[in-house]
Amino acid sequence: MRTVVDLTRCQGYAQCVFHAPEVFALHGEEGLLYATAVPDDQVARVREAAAACPVQAILLGEEVTSRAL
Amino acid sequence: MDSDTLLARITDYASRPNPYPLYAELREAGPVVWQAGGNCLIGGYHQIAALLHDPRMSADPRTRGEMTHKPPFLRLDDPEHHRLRTLTMRPFGPPHSPRRVDSMRGEIGRITEELTETFEAGRQIDLVDDFAYPLPVAVICRLLGVPHEDEPLFRAWSDAIVASADVRPDQDTTDTDKAGDQARIEMGGYLVNLAEQRRGKPGDDMLSAFANELDPALRLTQEELAETAVLLLIAGHETTVNLITNGVLTLLRQPEQQDRLRREPELLPRAVEELLRYEPPVHMRERIPHADMEVAGTRIPAGTSVILVFGSGNRDPRRFPDPDRFDPTRADNQHFGFGSGIHVCFGAPLARIEAYTALGALLPRLATAQLVQDPPPYRQNAMLRGPRHLPIQL
Amino acid sequence: MPSDLKEGRIVVVGASLAGLRAAEALREEGFTGELTVVGDEPHAPYDRPPLSKQVLLGQATAYTTELPLRRDPDAEWRFGVRATGVDLLAKQVLLEDGESLPYDRLLIATGTRARPWPDPDEAALDGVFTLRTREDGAGLAERLAAGPERVLVIGGGFTGSEIASACREMGLQVTVAERGPAPLVGALGATLSKLAAVMQRNHGVDLRTGVTVTALTGNGAFTGAELSDGSRVHADVCVVALGALRNVEWLADSGLAAGPRGIACDAGCRAFTMYGIVTDDIFVAGDVSRFPHPLFGYQMLSLEHWGNAVEQAEVAAHNMVSPGALQRPHLSIPTFWSTQFGLNIKSVGVPTYSDHIVIAQGSLEARRLAMVYGYQGRVTAAVTVDMAKSLDYYRHLIETAAPFPPPPGAADRAIAADITIPSAVPDPSGLSHGPTVALTGHLPDRRLTVV
Repeated sequence: MRTVVDLTRCQGYAQCVFHAPEVFALHGEEGLLYATAVPDDQVARVREAAAACPVQAILLGEEVTSRAL
Repeated sequence: MDSDTLLARITDYASRPNPYPLYAELREAGPVVWQAGGNCLIGGYHQIAALLHDPRMSADPRTRGEMTHKPPFLRLDDPEHHRLRTLTMRPFGPPHSPRRVDSMRGEIGRITEELTETFEAGRQIDLVDDFAYPLPVAVICRLLGVPHEDEPLFRAWSDAIVASADVRPDQDTTDTDKAGDQARIEMGGYLVNLAEQRRGKPGDDMLSAFANELDPALRLTQEELAETAVLLLIAGHETTVNLITNGVLTLLRQPEQQDRLRREPELLPRAVEELLRYEPPVHMRERIPHADMEVAGTRIPAGTSVILVFGSGNRDPRRFPDPDRFDPTRADNQHFGFGSGIHVCFGAPLARIEAYTALGALLPRLATAQLVQDPPPYRQNAMLRGPRHLPIQL
Repeated sequence: MPSDLKEGRIVVVGASLAGLRAAEALREEGFTGELTVVGDEPHAPYDRPPLSKQVLLGQATAYTTELPLRRDPDAEWRFGVRATGVDLLAKQVLLEDGESLPYDRLLIATGTRARPWPDPDEAALDGVFTLRTREDGAGLAERLAAGPERVLVIGGGFTGSEIASACREMGLQVTVAERGPAPLVGALGATLSKLAAVMQRNHGVDLRTGVTVTALTGNGAFTGAELSDGSRVHADVCVVALGALRNVEWLADSGLAAGPRGIACDAGCRAFTMYGIVTDDIFVAGDVSRFPHPLFGYQMLSLEHWGNAVEQAEVAAHNMVSPGALQRPHLSIPTFWSTQFGLNIKSVGVPTYSDHIVIAQGSLEARRLAMVYGYQGRVTAAVTVDMAKSLDYYRHLIETAAPFPPPPGAADRAIAADITIPSAVPDPSGLSHGPTVALTGHLPDRRLTVV
């Protein structure tokens, strides 16, 4: 699975970092960095992070390659 | 009825089981609804969202002239709020302790298991006293480093403080305020004393982290430590108990959604968000404008007590389609269950993980369970709204 | 064209963020016809912002940044094929392999590419990079991970500054050469550019401003550069971060209004022809577009912003399958972000469309602030540094054309928040880096004459 964060919406609440610290990290006080490829054992945590995001900025999904090529 | 009595009617204990028709009346009455006491209510989602992000709105009761001690960061404004919240976050969350809450999942699971192992079919339990209260208390004690056996002690303080922080229009609050202040001082002293005992021999708890901070720029003063620790201990359990209890109550009232969550457990995180919208643990917060301002064409003078009714914003049909429906798959669910803006709930991730764990463990047992009393008896508090007891026949 | 807009053939040229989100949105809007997405890169749609951050830091790899799907767009994907032209009359897209794709409606989302170093021989030296594609990102990340002696970044815009930040975080020596007076000055104006310069120097960047790089040197491999002040920088990696070029050359003979500033379209994303006549079957979205915005004097804006690509793609998709009366305008306020040197910088509005600023909250010294930009007495932009939760408030001021300076009463308000100072946005032609928001129509201030 892949994840992308709409950082235009992100306001630095950092809820995703609490829920999936292996995938999301704060860079400084407010900037967000994340691993774009989500390992299978982190999918449930990223799903929590996506649900918990106060601005609903996290998208988790399959990429085009795995289904369309 | 007159809209200027809405706050009195909302806070009337008789409204506790179902305040939502009053919230609908509030939204109908307009974006800013003045009350007989000179304060105003705001119940529309979009107005609440805008005010929670408006830097002119103060959280500090001193802005409306209340003579009081310096409050904890929950009721301070930036930059002081930011400084204290950031220092408090250091041992709790990112960027300094990003794994702290995640690392408690196992322990939360174990506590949940212990509490639920006697929940056998046929038995009657009080979900509040037997589960929804003891779980967050055990968790916050562990996190802060407070001895669990002191629970009766801090429960009395906590009750007094929470009562004094409630919204109670048209009531003489002198005695409750005095009792609240006294409890706050005693509880603060107790927690500072616990922290002092950890100086030089730290555990992995937050009081230890505060007491052993070496950098003077990062250290809380004794007063700040007292206010902050009281806030964390109270907020850490008074709200989560509502979240879990409201969750079980909602699921018992909606067996088809309950079945669905048992079939699709991966929906649980979204179901908890929907619960935070549908039955939020905190129904109202006060803000006070620093300067005269206008909201939807209404002038609100500086110093006015403005009550933002989160419970109403969460059910605003202009934001949420079919708002009175509990829908665990609801999209774009940007609710006020934990507030929004700079004062967003500090412990939200911990509360969420407790709720996932609690509801996940209870779901298999709820299939055949029955509510003994519906509606159940509620707590007095209108702001921290939730059942006082929730008797269930398993 | 079939009478039902939900049917027929749609071709999307461009398979990056805007192309992908448009394809998804077309299905979301009920389009049931044939959908083909053509992209010149041999990859599924991937996300570019991580390439200058996580990928360089080794927290993600360049080959795993594919964008997750919102839904399956049920499209025929044609990756690794370049479109070479469009025949408006025959309604066909021409591909480099000789094939032509007929369309009923066409969406152009070909984006931008990195502006190359002007001397091709110097640009070909081993160790000289640009950063736009995943191959660029992978190559640069590998080179940085190997621990070069020094990295030279040419251009102090957002990309150049982020690369310099990543280098310092990895402990690498880095020199930034910028022709303008400070980094980010073209996007944020003089005051915040001073903070950017201080942050770079505090983090150990060898920042050279007011200089140009006159030559890249090396015998096969890059070894250093000569600067206009006569100095020389010894480095073994060079990143050319001189902004972007719009991918419009393939439309040169098409009759569309396509030029170096992008493809002109109306507020409904419909492309103009070279005669200024709006088409009804060709749409444009993302970085390659330029479109009028009422909040900024109906000037044509061209944005290199992630959020704009998504939102404009959604509007274009809606309008492609909706009759005229139901079409929507693309009116969203430009928004972008950058994370560098531990600071989170977010911008809303068009900071270059300004004559004055105030620091409305916080301070430069605290590295935490909200700066508000005004033009002729109304709010046109705001930039926050580590204060993103305030941004929605300022966005609302921009949307409502609120008076500038903003009203008093903010907590954490700077003492002089009502004292305006000139925004001092320099002429972009004097910078190494271009602004990522460009006003491509008439400009608000005579100092700004060319983009």
